Amino acid sequence: MDIKDVENLANLARIELGEDEKKAMLKDMEGILEYVKQIEGVKVDDVKAEYSLTNIWREDVLEPREFSKELIIGQFPDAQDGFVKVKKIL
Amino acid sequence: MKIDLKNLTIEKAHQDFKSGKYSCRELAGEYLKVIKEKNPEINAYLEIYDDVLKQADIAQEMFKNGVASELTGIPFAIKDIILIKGKISSAGSKILENYKASYDATVIKDLKKVGAVFLGRTNMDEFAMGSSTQTSAYGVTRNPIDLSRVPGGSSGGSAAALAGGMALAALGTETCGSVREPSAFCGLVGLRSTYGAISRQGVIPMGNSLDQVGPFGKNVRDAEIIFNFLSRYDKEDSTSVPDNLRNHVLGGKKIGVPWHLFKEGVDSEVQENFKQSLGKFKKAGYEIVDIELPYCKYSLAVYYIIMPAEVSTNLARFDGIRYGYSVKGESLMDVYKKSRGGGFGKEARRRILLGTYVLSHGYYDAYYNKALNVREKIREEIFNAFKKVDYILTPTVPVLPFKLGEKLDDPVAMYLCDIFSAPANLTGVPSIALPSGTSKDGLPFSIQFMAPYFCESSLFEIGKRFEAIK
Repeated sequence: MDIKDVENLANLARIELGEDEKKAMLKDMEGILEYVKQIEGVKVDDVKAEYSLTNIWREDVLEPREFSKELIIGQFPDAQDGFVKVKKIL
Repeated sequence: MKIDLKNLTIEKAHQDFKSGKYSCRELAGEYLKVIKEKNPEINAYLEIYDDVLKQADIAQEMFKNGVASELTGIPFAIKDIILIKGKISSAGSKILENYKASYDATVIKDLKKVGAVFLGRTNMDEFAMGSSTQTSAYGVTRNPIDLSRVPGGSSGGSAAALAGGMALAALGTETCGSVREPSAFCGLVGLRSTYGAISRQGVIPMGNSLDQVGPFGKNVRDAEIIFNFLSRYDKEDSTSVPDNLRNHVLGGKKIGVPWHLFKEGVDSEVQENFKQSLGKFKKAGYEIVDIELPYCKYSLAVYYIIMPAEVSTNLARFDGIRYGYSVKGESLMDVYKKSRGGGFGKEARRRILLGTYVLSHGYYDAYYNKALNVREKIREEIFNAFKKVDYILTPTVPVLPFKLGEKLDDPVAMYLCDIFSAPANLTGVPSIALPSGTSKDGLPFSIQFMAPYFCESSLFEIGKRFEAIK
Protein backbone atom coordinates (compact mmCIF):
# COMPACT_ATOMS: atom_id res chain seq x y z
CA MET A 1 0.00 0.00 0.00
CA ASP A 2 1.23 3.52 -0.75
CA ILE A 3 0.01 7.11 -0.60
CA LYS A 4 -1.68 6.71 -4.00
CA ASP A 5 -3.80 3.87 -2.60
CA VAL A 6 -4.83 5.98 0.35
CA GLU A 7 -5.78 8.81 -2.00
CA ASN A 8 -7.78 6.45 -4.13
CA LEU A 9 -9.65 5.01 -1.14
CA ALA A 10 -10.35 8.47 0.24
CA ASN A 11 -11.70 9.44 -3.15
CA LEU A 12 -13.94 6.36 -3.32
CA ALA A 13 -15.17 7.04 0.21
CA ARG A 14 -15.73 10.76 -0.59
CA ILE A 15 -13.53 11.97 2.23
CA GLU A 16 -11.17 14.92 1.89
CA LEU A 17 -7.83 14.25 3.59
CA GLY A 18 -4.96 16.63 4.30
CA GLU A 19 -1.41 15.70 3.20
CA ASP A 20 -0.22 14.95 6.75
CA GLU A 21 -3.23 12.83 7.43
CA LYS A 22 -2.66 10.72 4.34
CA LYS A 23 0.73 9.74 5.68
CA ALA A 24 -0.63 8.97 9.15
CA MET A 25 -3.47 7.01 7.60
CA LEU A 26 -1.06 4.95 5.54
CA LYS A 27 0.89 4.04 8.66
CA ASP A 28 -2.28 3.11 10.59
CA MET A 29 -3.69 1.07 7.71
CA GLU A 30 -0.45 -0.85 7.35
CA GLY A 31 -0.48 -1.67 11.05
CA ILE A 32 -4.09 -2.84 11.01
CA LEU A 33 -3.70 -4.85 7.79
CA GLU A 34 -0.62 -6.48 9.25
CA TYR A 35 -2.75 -7.61 12.18
CA VAL A 36 -5.77 -8.83 10.19
CA LYS A 37 -3.53 -10.57 7.65
CA GLN A 38 -3.27 -13.50 10.06
CA ILE A 39 -6.51 -14.87 8.65
CA GLU A 40 -4.73 -15.51 5.35
CA GLY A 41 -3.18 -18.64 6.78
CA VAL A 42 -6.40 -20.01 8.30
CA LYS A 43 -7.57 -23.15 6.60
CA VAL A 44 -11.31 -23.19 6.10
CA ASP A 45 -12.70 -26.03 4.12
CA ASP A 46 -16.36 -26.90 3.79
CA VAL A 47 -17.96 -23.86 5.23
CA LYS A 48 -21.54 -24.83 5.48
CA ALA A 49 -23.99 -22.95 7.65
CA GLU A 50 -26.14 -25.21 9.82
CA TYR A 51 -28.97 -22.73 9.77
CA SER A 52 -30.92 -21.04 7.05
CA LEU A 53 -31.29 -17.34 6.54
CA THR A 54 -34.56 -15.92 5.29
CA ASN A 55 -35.43 -12.59 3.79
CA ILE A 56 -37.74 -10.43 5.83
CA TRP A 57 -40.24 -8.65 3.63
CA ARG A 58 -43.24 -6.54 4.37
CA GLU A 59 -46.30 -6.16 2.22
CA ASP A 60 -46.20 -3.21 -0.11
CA VAL A 61 -49.00 -1.35 1.62
CA LEU A 62 -49.09 2.09 3.15
CA GLU A 63 -48.53 2.09 6.89
CA PRO A 64 -48.56 5.22 8.98
CA ARG A 65 -45.28 5.87 10.81
CA GLU A 66 -44.58 8.33 13.56
CA PHE A 67 -42.06 10.44 11.69
CA SER A 68 -42.01 14.16 12.19
CA LYS A 69 -42.01 15.78 8.76
CA GLU A 70 -41.22 19.17 10.32
CA LEU A 71 -38.14 17.79 12.07
CA ILE A 72 -36.93 16.22 8.84
CA ILE A 73 -37.46 19.29 6.67
CA GLY A 74 -36.12 21.60 9.36
CA GLN A 75 -32.73 19.89 9.17
CA PHE A 76 -32.02 20.22 5.46
CA PRO A 77 -28.73 22.13 5.18
CA ASP A 78 -30.13 23.82 2.08
CA ALA A 79 -33.81 23.89 1.13
CA GLN A 80 -36.32 25.55 -1.11
CA ASP A 81 -40.12 25.29 -0.83
CA GLY A 82 -39.88 22.30 1.52
CA PHE A 83 -37.51 20.40 -0.76
CA VAL A 84 -33.88 19.58 -0.13
CA LYS A 85 -31.62 21.57 -2.44
CA VAL A 86 -28.44 20.14 -3.95
CA LYS A 87 -25.80 21.31 -6.42
CA LYS A 88 -26.59 20.40 -10.00
CA ILE A 89 -25.69 16.83 -10.81
CA LEU A 90 -25.38 17.00 -14.60
CA MET B 1 -34.76 14.38 51.99
CA LYS B 2 -31.57 12.47 51.41
CA ILE B 3 -31.92 9.29 49.37
CA ASP B 4 -29.22 6.63 49.65
CA LEU B 5 -28.36 6.59 45.94
CA LYS B 6 -25.29 4.44 46.39
CA ASN B 7 -27.23 1.37 47.49
CA LEU B 8 -30.32 2.07 45.44
CA THR B 9 -31.53 -0.60 43.02
CA ILE B 10 -34.43 -0.61 40.58
CA GLU B 11 -36.53 -2.84 42.85
CA LYS B 12 -35.76 -0.71 45.90
CA ALA B 13 -36.68 2.52 44.11
CA HIS B 14 -39.90 0.91 42.89
CA GLN B 15 -40.83 -0.11 46.45
CA ASP B 16 -40.06 3.38 47.71
CA PHE B 17 -42.21 4.99 44.99
CA LYS B 18 -45.05 2.64 45.88
CA SER B 19 -44.84 3.27 49.59
CA GLY B 20 -44.54 7.00 48.99
CA LYS B 21 -41.16 7.28 50.71
CA TYR B 22 -40.22 9.74 48.00
CA SER B 23 -41.66 10.77 44.65
CA CYS B 24 -40.38 10.22 41.12
CA ARG B 25 -39.63 13.94 40.98
CA GLU B 26 -37.62 13.80 44.20
CA LEU B 27 -35.50 10.91 42.97
CA ALA B 28 -34.89 12.54 39.57
CA GLY B 29 -34.02 15.76 41.43
CA GLU B 30 -31.42 13.94 43.53
CA TYR B 31 -29.75 12.58 40.41
CA LEU B 32 -29.79 16.02 38.79
CA LYS B 33 -27.97 17.35 41.84
CA VAL B 34 -25.24 14.70 41.57
CA ILE B 35 -24.95 15.31 37.83
CA LYS B 36 -24.55 19.03 38.40
CA GLU B 37 -21.80 18.39 40.87
CA LYS B 38 -19.89 15.61 39.12
CA ASN B 39 -20.56 15.79 35.40
CA PRO B 40 -18.42 18.85 34.61
CA GLU B 41 -15.39 16.79 35.60
CA ILE B 42 -16.42 13.31 34.43
CA ASN B 43 -18.22 14.37 31.21
CA ALA B 44 -20.47 11.31 31.22
CA TYR B 45 -23.40 13.28 29.85
CA LEU B 46 -23.26 15.43 26.72
CA GLU B 47 -26.65 16.89 27.48
CA ILE B 48 -29.04 16.88 30.43
CA TYR B 49 -32.59 17.06 29.15
CA ASP B 50 -34.60 20.10 30.20
CA ASP B 51 -37.78 18.08 30.73
CA VAL B 52 -36.50 15.58 33.31
CA LEU B 53 -38.78 16.76 36.11
CA LYS B 54 -41.74 16.89 33.75
CA GLN B 55 -41.06 13.26 32.77
CA ALA B 56 -40.87 12.38 36.48
CA ASP B 57 -44.27 14.00 37.09
CA ILE B 58 -45.79 11.90 34.31
CA ALA B 59 -44.34 8.80 35.99
CA GLN B 60 -45.78 9.91 39.34
CA GLU B 61 -49.22 10.19 37.74
CA MET B 62 -48.88 6.54 36.71
CA PHE B 63 -48.33 5.56 40.33
CA LYS B 64 -51.33 7.65 41.34
CA ASN B 65 -53.46 5.96 38.69
CA GLY B 66 -52.31 2.48 39.60
CA VAL B 67 -50.72 1.78 36.20
CA ALA B 68 -47.07 1.98 37.28
CA SER B 69 -44.68 -0.90 36.62
CA GLU B 70 -41.15 -1.73 37.68
CA LEU B 71 -39.40 0.81 35.42
CA THR B 72 -41.84 3.67 36.01
CA GLY B 73 -39.94 6.71 37.27
CA ILE B 74 -36.56 4.95 37.04
CA PRO B 75 -33.93 7.51 35.91
CA PHE B 76 -31.98 6.29 32.87
CA ALA B 77 -28.84 7.49 31.12
CA ILE B 78 -29.15 6.93 27.35
CA LYS B 79 -26.24 6.53 24.96
CA ASP B 80 -26.07 9.30 22.37
CA ILE B 81 -26.73 6.82 19.54
CA ILE B 82 -30.31 5.86 20.47
CA LEU B 83 -32.92 8.16 18.96
CA ILE B 84 -35.32 10.13 21.14
CA LYS B 85 -37.78 12.16 19.10
CA GLY B 86 -37.06 15.88 19.09
CA LYS B 87 -33.76 15.48 20.94
CA ILE B 88 -30.26 15.66 19.52
CA SER B 89 -28.61 12.31 18.78
CA SER B 90 -25.07 12.99 17.67
CA ALA B 91 -23.47 9.52 18.01
CA GLY B 92 -20.49 11.37 19.49
CA SER B 93 -19.75 12.83 16.06
CA LYS B 94 -19.41 16.32 14.70
CA ILE B 95 -21.21 15.22 11.54
CA LEU B 96 -24.42 14.85 13.59
CA GLU B 97 -23.83 17.67 16.08
CA ASN B 98 -27.20 19.27 15.40
CA TYR B 99 -29.14 16.23 14.30
CA LYS B 100 -32.55 16.03 15.94
CA ALA B 101 -34.23 12.63 15.85
CA SER B 102 -37.52 12.62 13.98
CA TYR B 103 -38.82 9.50 15.73
CA ASP B 104 -38.31 7.37 18.85
CA ALA B 105 -36.22 4.20 18.78
CA THR B 106 -38.32 1.15 19.70
CA VAL B 107 -36.49 0.76 23.04
CA ILE B 108 -37.26 4.41 23.81
CA LYS B 109 -40.90 4.02 22.77
CA ASP B 110 -41.22 1.03 25.11
CA LEU B 111 -39.53 2.81 28.01
CA LYS B 112 -41.67 5.93 27.50
CA LYS B 113 -44.81 3.81 27.67
CA VAL B 114 -43.96 2.68 31.19
CA GLY B 115 -42.82 6.13 32.31
CA ALA B 116 -39.06 5.63 32.56
CA VAL B 117 -37.26 8.96 33.00
CA PHE B 118 -34.47 9.92 30.58
CA LEU B 119 -31.94 12.11 32.35
CA GLY B 120 -29.80 12.85 29.31
CA ARG B 121 -27.66 11.50 26.51
CA THR B 122 -24.24 10.09 27.30
CA ASN B 123 -20.84 10.46 25.71
CA MET B 124 -19.41 7.73 23.50
CA ASP B 125 -16.67 6.98 21.04
CA GLU B 126 -17.61 8.49 17.69
CA PHE B 127 -20.20 6.23 16.03
CA ALA B 128 -19.35 3.68 18.75
CA MET B 129 -15.86 3.18 17.32
CA GLY B 130 -13.49 2.79 20.21
CA SER B 131 -12.77 1.13 23.52
CA SER B 132 -12.12 4.14 25.74
CA THR B 133 -14.56 6.99 24.88
CA GLN B 134 -11.60 9.04 23.69
CA THR B 135 -12.65 9.32 20.04
CA SER B 136 -15.77 11.36 20.84
CA ALA B 137 -15.95 14.75 19.14
CA TYR B 138 -17.08 16.12 22.51
CA GLY B 139 -14.12 15.36 24.71
CA VAL B 140 -13.13 12.35 26.79
CA THR B 141 -15.12 10.86 29.63
CA ARG B 142 -13.29 10.10 32.85
CA ASN B 143 -13.60 6.96 34.90
CA PRO B 144 -15.42 7.82 38.17
CA ILE B 145 -13.31 5.22 40.01
CA ASP B 146 -10.06 6.93 39.00
CA LEU B 147 -10.36 10.23 37.16
CA SER B 148 -6.99 9.83 35.48
CA ARG B 149 -8.24 6.72 33.66
CA VAL B 150 -10.61 5.93 30.82
CA PRO B 151 -14.08 4.49 31.52
CA GLY B 152 -13.81 2.05 28.60
CA GLY B 153 -15.91 2.39 25.51
CA SER B 154 -17.66 2.88 23.33
CA SER B 155 -20.54 3.24 25.81
CA GLY B 156 -18.20 4.90 28.34
CA GLY B 157 -20.55 7.78 29.12
CA SER B 158 -23.38 5.45 30.14
CA ALA B 159 -21.03 3.37 32.28
CA ALA B 160 -19.51 6.46 33.94
CA ALA B 161 -22.97 7.93 34.58
CA LEU B 162 -24.08 4.78 36.37
CA ALA B 163 -20.82 4.15 38.22
CA GLY B 164 -20.60 7.82 39.22
CA GLY B 165 -24.07 7.74 40.81
CA MET B 166 -25.49 9.99 38.08
CA ALA B 167 -28.23 7.54 37.01
CA LEU B 168 -29.93 4.44 38.37
CA ALA B 169 -29.87 2.58 35.06
CA ALA B 170 -28.21 3.00 31.69
CA LEU B 171 -28.43 1.83 28.11
CA GLY B 172 -25.49 1.30 25.81
CA THR B 173 -24.90 -0.50 22.55
CA GLU B 174 -22.40 -3.18 21.56
CA THR B 175 -20.76 -3.94 18.27
CA CYS B 176 -17.79 -5.62 19.93
CA GLY B 177 -17.57 -5.25 23.68
CA SER B 178 -18.89 -1.69 23.90
CA VAL B 179 -21.10 -2.52 26.88
CA ARG B 180 -19.02 -5.27 28.52
CA GLU B 181 -15.67 -3.49 28.35
CA PRO B 182 -16.87 -0.22 29.99
CA SER B 183 -18.77 -2.35 32.53
CA ALA B 184 -15.48 -4.03 33.36
CA PHE B 185 -13.63 -0.72 33.62
CA CYS B 186 -16.31 0.88 35.82
CA GLY B 187 -17.11 -2.07 38.08
CA LEU B 188 -20.58 -2.71 36.65
CA VAL B 189 -22.65 -5.53 35.23
CA GLY B 190 -23.08 -5.27 31.47
CA LEU B 191 -25.03 -7.45 29.10
CA ARG B 192 -24.63 -8.07 25.41
CA SER B 193 -27.83 -9.85 24.58
CA THR B 194 -28.43 -12.41 21.83
CA TYR B 195 -28.31 -10.89 18.35
CA GLY B 196 -31.92 -10.05 17.51
CA ALA B 197 -33.22 -10.08 21.10
CA ILE B 198 -33.62 -6.33 21.58
CA SER B 199 -34.87 -4.08 18.77
CA ARG B 200 -32.33 -1.93 16.94
CA GLN B 201 -34.94 0.19 15.21
CA GLY B 202 -33.88 3.79 15.82
CA VAL B 203 -30.33 2.98 16.89
CA ILE B 204 -27.74 4.58 14.62
CA PRO B 205 -26.03 1.55 13.04
CA MET B 206 -22.34 0.80 12.96
CA GLY B 207 -22.09 -2.88 11.97
CA ASN B 208 -25.49 -4.34 11.20
CA SER B 209 -24.50 -7.96 11.59
CA LEU B 210 -22.98 -7.21 15.01
CA ASP B 211 -24.84 -4.37 16.76
CA GLN B 212 -27.05 -4.89 19.82
CA VAL B 213 -28.49 -2.64 22.53
CA GLY B 214 -27.36 -3.63 26.02
CA PRO B 215 -28.22 -2.67 29.59
CA PHE B 216 -25.81 -1.69 32.35
CA GLY B 217 -26.67 -2.44 35.97
CA LYS B 218 -25.09 -1.87 39.34
CA ASN B 219 -25.97 -5.50 39.94
CA VAL B 220 -27.19 -8.48 37.94
CA ARG B 221 -30.83 -8.08 38.92
CA ASP B 222 -30.99 -4.51 37.54
CA ALA B 223 -29.56 -5.61 34.20
CA GLU B 224 -32.00 -8.51 34.17
CA ILE B 225 -35.01 -6.28 34.78
CA ILE B 226 -34.06 -3.97 31.92
CA PHE B 227 -33.27 -6.84 29.55
CA ASN B 228 -36.50 -8.70 30.31
CA PHE B 229 -38.44 -5.55 29.61
CA LEU B 230 -36.70 -4.60 26.35
CA SER B 231 -36.34 -8.06 24.87
CA ARG B 232 -39.20 -8.60 22.44
CA TYR B 233 -39.91 -9.16 18.78
CA ASP B 234 -40.16 -5.93 16.80
CA LYS B 235 -41.50 -6.12 13.30
CA GLU B 236 -39.87 -2.82 12.43
CA ASP B 237 -36.43 -4.39 12.86
CA SER B 238 -35.82 -7.01 10.19
CA THR B 239 -33.15 -8.69 12.33
CA SER B 240 -35.43 -9.01 15.34
CA VAL B 241 -36.07 -12.68 16.20
CA PRO B 242 -39.73 -13.81 16.40
CA ASP B 243 -40.93 -15.15 19.75
CA ASN B 244 -41.35 -18.74 18.59
CA LEU B 245 -37.62 -18.96 17.78
CA ARG B 246 -36.49 -17.74 21.18
CA ASN B 247 -35.91 -21.10 22.79
CA HIS B 248 -33.91 -21.12 25.94
CA VAL B 249 -32.78 -23.87 28.19
CA LEU B 250 -31.70 -23.28 31.75
CA GLY B 251 -27.97 -23.66 32.24
CA GLY B 252 -26.40 -26.50 34.19
CA LYS B 253 -23.18 -26.41 36.14
CA LYS B 254 -20.51 -26.96 33.53
CA ILE B 255 -18.18 -24.05 32.75
CA GLY B 256 -15.84 -24.28 29.78
CA VAL B 257 -12.59 -22.30 29.90
CA PRO B 258 -10.62 -21.78 26.66
CA TRP B 259 -7.27 -21.38 28.42
CA HIS B 260 -5.29 -21.40 25.20
CA LEU B 261 -6.88 -18.06 24.21
CA PHE B 262 -5.26 -16.20 27.06
CA LYS B 263 -1.95 -17.82 27.58
CA GLU B 264 -0.36 -14.53 26.65
CA GLY B 265 -1.35 -10.88 26.27
CA VAL B 266 -3.25 -10.79 29.55
CA ASP B 267 -2.10 -8.73 32.57
CA SER B 268 -0.80 -10.97 35.32
CA GLU B 269 -3.13 -9.34 37.85
CA VAL B 270 -6.11 -10.00 35.57
CA GLN B 271 -4.97 -13.58 35.09
CA GLU B 272 -4.61 -14.07 38.83
CA ASN B 273 -8.07 -12.65 39.53
CA PHE B 274 -9.55 -14.90 36.87
CA LYS B 275 -8.05 -17.97 38.53
CA GLN B 276 -9.39 -16.88 41.91
CA SER B 277 -12.88 -16.41 40.47
CA LEU B 278 -12.68 -19.82 38.89
CA GLY B 279 -11.76 -21.31 42.27
CA LYS B 280 -14.90 -19.78 43.76
CA PHE B 281 -17.10 -21.44 41.16
CA LYS B 282 -15.36 -24.75 41.75
CA LYS B 283 -16.00 -24.44 45.46
CA ALA B 284 -19.65 -23.64 44.78
CA GLY B 285 -20.06 -26.94 42.97
CA TYR B 286 -19.51 -25.96 39.34
CA GLU B 287 -17.55 -28.25 37.07
CA ILE B 288 -14.70 -26.55 35.23
CA VAL B 289 -13.76 -27.99 31.84
CA ASP B 290 -10.83 -27.05 29.61
CA ILE B 291 -12.08 -26.38 26.07
CA GLU B 292 -10.35 -25.64 22.78
CA LEU B 293 -11.66 -22.94 20.46
CA PRO B 294 -8.97 -22.85 17.76
CA TYR B 295 -10.82 -20.55 15.34
CA CYS B 296 -11.74 -18.06 18.10
CA LYS B 297 -8.11 -17.01 18.14
CA TYR B 298 -8.84 -15.19 14.88
CA SER B 299 -11.98 -13.46 16.16
CA LEU B 300 -10.52 -10.01 16.46
CA ALA B 301 -8.84 -10.16 13.04
CA VAL B 302 -12.12 -11.31 11.49
CA TYR B 303 -13.94 -8.57 13.33
CA TYR B 304 -11.56 -5.89 12.05
CA ILE B 305 -12.43 -6.87 8.49
CA ILE B 306 -16.18 -7.38 8.77
CA MET B 307 -16.88 -4.37 10.97
CA PRO B 308 -15.05 -1.74 8.83
CA ALA B 309 -16.74 -3.21 5.76
CA GLU B 310 -20.13 -2.63 7.35
CA VAL B 311 -19.02 0.77 8.69
CA SER B 312 -17.98 2.03 5.26
CA THR B 313 -21.39 1.04 3.91
CA ASN B 314 -23.41 2.40 6.84
CA LEU B 315 -21.64 5.71 7.08
CA ALA B 316 -22.15 6.40 3.38
CA ARG B 317 -25.50 7.93 4.35
CA PHE B 318 -23.82 10.91 6.01
CA ASP B 319 -23.28 13.12 3.01
CA GLY B 320 -23.97 16.68 4.12
CA ILE B 321 -27.11 16.82 1.99
CA ARG B 322 -30.10 15.87 4.11
CA TYR B 323 -29.04 16.57 7.69
CA GLY B 324 -26.05 17.14 9.91
CA TYR B 325 -22.75 18.89 9.29
CA SER B 326 -22.58 20.33 5.79
CA VAL B 327 -19.88 22.36 4.09
CA LYS B 328 -20.67 24.43 1.04
CA GLY B 329 -18.68 23.51 -2.04
CA GLU B 330 -18.19 24.21 -5.73
CA SER B 331 -19.84 20.99 -6.84
CA LEU B 332 -21.86 18.17 -5.35
CA MET B 333 -18.68 16.04 -5.04
CA ASP B 334 -17.04 18.92 -3.24
CA VAL B 335 -19.92 19.10 -0.73
CA TYR B 336 -19.61 15.35 -0.05
CA LYS B 337 -15.86 15.36 0.40
CA LYS B 338 -15.66 18.47 2.53
CA SER B 339 -18.64 17.53 4.72
CA ARG B 340 -17.42 13.99 5.29
CA GLY B 341 -13.77 14.99 5.63
CA GLY B 342 -14.58 17.66 8.22
CA GLY B 343 -17.50 15.89 9.89
CA PHE B 344 -15.95 12.52 10.64
CA GLY B 345 -13.23 12.17 13.25
CA LYS B 346 -9.96 10.33 12.82
CA GLU B 347 -11.10 6.85 13.89
CA ALA B 348 -14.26 7.00 11.77
CA ARG B 349 -12.22 8.07 8.71
CA ARG B 350 -9.72 5.30 9.40
CA ARG B 351 -12.40 2.62 9.55
CA ILE B 352 -14.29 3.90 6.52
CA LEU B 353 -11.11 3.73 4.46
CA LEU B 354 -10.23 0.30 5.82
CA GLY B 355 -13.72 -0.95 4.96
CA THR B 356 -13.50 0.56 1.49
CA TYR B 357 -10.21 -1.29 1.06
CA VAL B 358 -11.36 -4.76 2.15
CA LEU B 359 -14.44 -4.45 -0.04
CA SER B 360 -12.62 -3.24 -3.11
CA HIS B 361 -12.07 -5.34 -6.20
CA GLY B 362 -9.00 -7.50 -5.85
CA TYR B 363 -9.09 -7.63 -2.04
CA TYR B 364 -12.68 -8.69 -1.50
CA ASP B 365 -11.97 -12.42 -1.62
CA ALA B 366 -8.76 -12.33 0.35
CA TYR B 367 -10.21 -10.24 3.16
CA TYR B 368 -13.97 -9.93 3.30
CA ASN B 369 -14.99 -13.34 1.95
CA LYS B 370 -12.29 -15.08 3.91
CA ALA B 371 -13.40 -13.31 7.08
CA LEU B 372 -17.00 -14.40 6.49
CA ASN B 373 -15.86 -18.01 6.16
CA VAL B 374 -13.74 -17.90 9.31
CA ARG B 375 -16.67 -16.26 11.11
CA GLU B 376 -18.80 -19.25 10.12
CA LYS B 377 -16.17 -21.58 11.56
CA ILE B 378 -16.14 -19.60 14.81
CA ARG B 379 -19.90 -19.89 14.97
CA GLU B 380 -19.74 -23.64 14.40
CA GLU B 381 -17.04 -23.98 17.04
CA ILE B 382 -19.00 -22.04 19.69
CA PHE B 383 -22.15 -23.97 18.80
CA ASN B 384 -20.32 -27.28 19.28
CA ALA B 385 -18.73 -26.10 22.53
CA PHE B 386 -22.21 -25.51 23.94
CA LYS B 387 -23.04 -29.15 23.32
CA LYS B 388 -20.43 -29.96 25.95
CA VAL B 389 -20.61 -27.06 28.41
CA ASP B 390 -23.29 -24.67 29.66
CA TYR B 391 -21.11 -21.58 29.85
CA ILE B 392 -17.86 -20.28 28.41
CA LEU B 393 -15.82 -18.17 30.81
CA THR B 394 -12.98 -15.73 30.05
CA PRO B 395 -11.74 -12.44 31.51
CA THR B 396 -13.83 -9.57 30.09
CA VAL B 397 -10.81 -7.44 29.15
CA PRO B 398 -7.14 -8.49 29.13
CA VAL B 399 -6.06 -5.29 30.91
CA LEU B 400 -7.15 -2.97 33.73
CA PRO B 401 -8.55 0.52 32.99
CA PHE B 402 -5.70 2.48 31.42
CA LYS B 403 -4.70 6.14 31.63
CA LEU B 404 -6.32 8.81 29.49
CA GLY B 405 -4.32 9.37 26.34
CA GLU B 406 -2.90 5.84 26.31
CA LYS B 407 -3.21 3.66 23.20
CA LEU B 408 -4.60 6.54 21.14
CA ASP B 409 -1.71 6.51 18.69
CA ASP B 410 -1.66 2.74 18.34
CA PRO B 411 -4.97 1.54 16.88
CA VAL B 412 -4.09 -2.16 17.12
CA ALA B 413 -3.21 -1.89 20.84
CA MET B 414 -6.60 -0.23 21.40
CA TYR B 415 -8.41 -2.89 19.37
CA LEU B 416 -6.84 -5.66 21.47
CA CYS B 417 -8.94 -4.50 24.46
CA ASP B 418 -11.84 -6.28 22.80
CA ILE B 419 -10.12 -9.56 22.07
CA PHE B 420 -12.42 -11.55 24.39
CA SER B 421 -15.51 -9.65 23.28
CA ALA B 422 -15.34 -10.54 19.60
CA PRO B 423 -16.53 -14.19 19.70
CA ALA B 424 -19.94 -13.25 21.16
CA ASN B 425 -20.50 -10.44 18.68
CA LEU B 426 -19.40 -12.49 15.68
CA THR B 427 -21.57 -15.45 16.60
CA GLY B 428 -24.49 -13.59 18.18
CA VAL B 429 -24.53 -15.47 21.50
CA PRO B 430 -25.27 -13.51 24.68
CA SER B 431 -22.55 -12.57 27.12
CA ILE B 432 -22.45 -10.87 30.50
CA ALA B 433 -19.63 -8.99 32.22
CA LEU B 434 -19.50 -9.36 36.00
CA PRO B 435 -17.38 -7.43 38.52
CA SER B 436 -14.91 -9.82 40.15
CA GLY B 437 -13.07 -7.76 42.73
CA THR B 438 -10.56 -4.94 42.75
CA SER B 439 -6.83 -4.69 42.12
CA LYS B 440 -4.27 -3.49 44.63
CA ASP B 441 -4.73 0.00 43.15
CA GLY B 442 -8.47 -0.18 43.64
CA LEU B 443 -9.30 -0.80 39.96
CA PRO B 444 -12.12 -3.19 39.06
CA PHE B 445 -11.64 -6.70 37.69
CA SER B 446 -14.25 -8.39 35.55
CA ILE B 447 -15.06 -11.83 34.17
CA GLN B 448 -17.45 -12.65 31.37
CA PHE B 449 -19.71 -15.57 30.62
CA MET B 450 -21.11 -16.56 27.26
CA ALA B 451 -24.15 -18.80 26.98
CA PRO B 452 -26.09 -20.33 24.06
CA TYR B 453 -28.55 -18.22 22.04
CA PHE B 454 -31.36 -16.72 24.12
CA CYS B 455 -29.97 -18.15 27.36
CA GLU B 456 -29.74 -14.75 29.05
CA SER B 457 -31.67 -16.22 31.98
CA SER B 458 -28.75 -18.63 32.57
CA LEU B 459 -26.34 -15.71 32.53
CA PHE B 460 -28.39 -13.86 35.13
CA GLU B 461 -28.64 -16.99 37.22
CA ILE B 462 -24.90 -17.64 37.30
CA GLY B 463 -24.26 -13.91 37.71
CA LYS B 464 -26.39 -13.78 40.83
CA ARG B 465 -24.71 -16.91 42.09
CA PHE B 466 -21.35 -15.19 41.64
CA GLU B 467 -22.57 -12.13 43.55
CA ALA B 468 -23.41 -14.46 46.42
CA ILE B 469 -20.14 -16.41 46.47
CA LYS B 470 -17.56 -13.71 45.69
